[in-house]
Amino acid sequence: MEISESPTLDATFAALADPTRRAILARLASGEATVMELAEPFALSQPAISKHLKVLERAGLISRGRDAQRRPSRLQPEPLAEANQWLEGYRQFWESRFHRLDALLDKMQASPPRKSRKKS
Amino acid sequence: MIGNSETFQVSTPSDREIAMTRVFNAPRELVFEAMTKPELIRQWLLGPPGWTMPVCEVDLRIGGAYRYVWRNQQGADMGMGGVFREIDPPTRIVQIERFDQCWNPGEAVGTLDLIERAGKTYLTLTVLYESKDARDIALKTPMDKGISASYNRLEELLAAERMAR
Repeated sequence: MEISESPTLDATFAALADPTRRAILARLASGEATVMELAEPFALSQPAISKHLKVLERAGLISRGRDAQRRPSRLQPEPLAEANQWLEGYRQFWESRFHRLDALLDKMQASPPRKSRKKS
Repeated sequence: MIGNSETFQVSTPSDREIAMTRVFNAPRELVFEAMTKPELIRQWLLGPPGWTMPVCEVDLRIGGAYRYVWRNQQGADMGMGGVFREIDPPTRIVQIERFDQCWNPGEAVGTLDLIERAGKTYLTLTVLYESKDARDIALKTPMDKGISASYNRLEELLAAERMAR
């Protein structure tokens, strides 16, 4: 069976796997920022932040300004939306199962089975 | 009860993992039971609407095997199974997961953790895949998508309609 490959999605998930990069994205969600501005709250060196920004840029999650001095980073929402879409499909599939599990647990609690639950 | 849907979260804690967390309004002994007894598993661990679960076998001991098979109305099967690595009722299960279908390659390790607080159970289900590719395929392929070639989309919609009534 062929699964359509999505290099963007792979890059997105790889980029999102790192907590610092997720935090950077969360920061950028409230507006663009320079490397210096990003480095401050994270207690990371500017080169370390630049490295993370490079990964995020390659994944298409951010874009960087032209201004050679500042090169502010800003969030690019499209790949995130695609990643969310996959997570959402997976979520919905499992939520329908868990919803049934809710109903089953209600039923089990309403009428305990023949053997009472002795062991706790 | 419906409010528990809002507690449900899916995340990718690393590039080889998928993690799910959810709250249930029941003590964890019951949740553990519902997740390990075949006659109970059959009532909730279903595929998309219209699919049945003709095989549900669980040998709940370390090294023991479990096997699940789902079947659609055209008779196409989707199976998975594995062995239990760790069983600690009612808090934890670690199991190997392997799907029959080639689109979901390799072995994964599934870890179930149940924590009880004030009569509610906090479930965490983490699956660690062999590679990032395998993880991404699993994420992109909830059962209904993986077998779409043999599956009539319209039938699924009609079945979903019937279920909703």
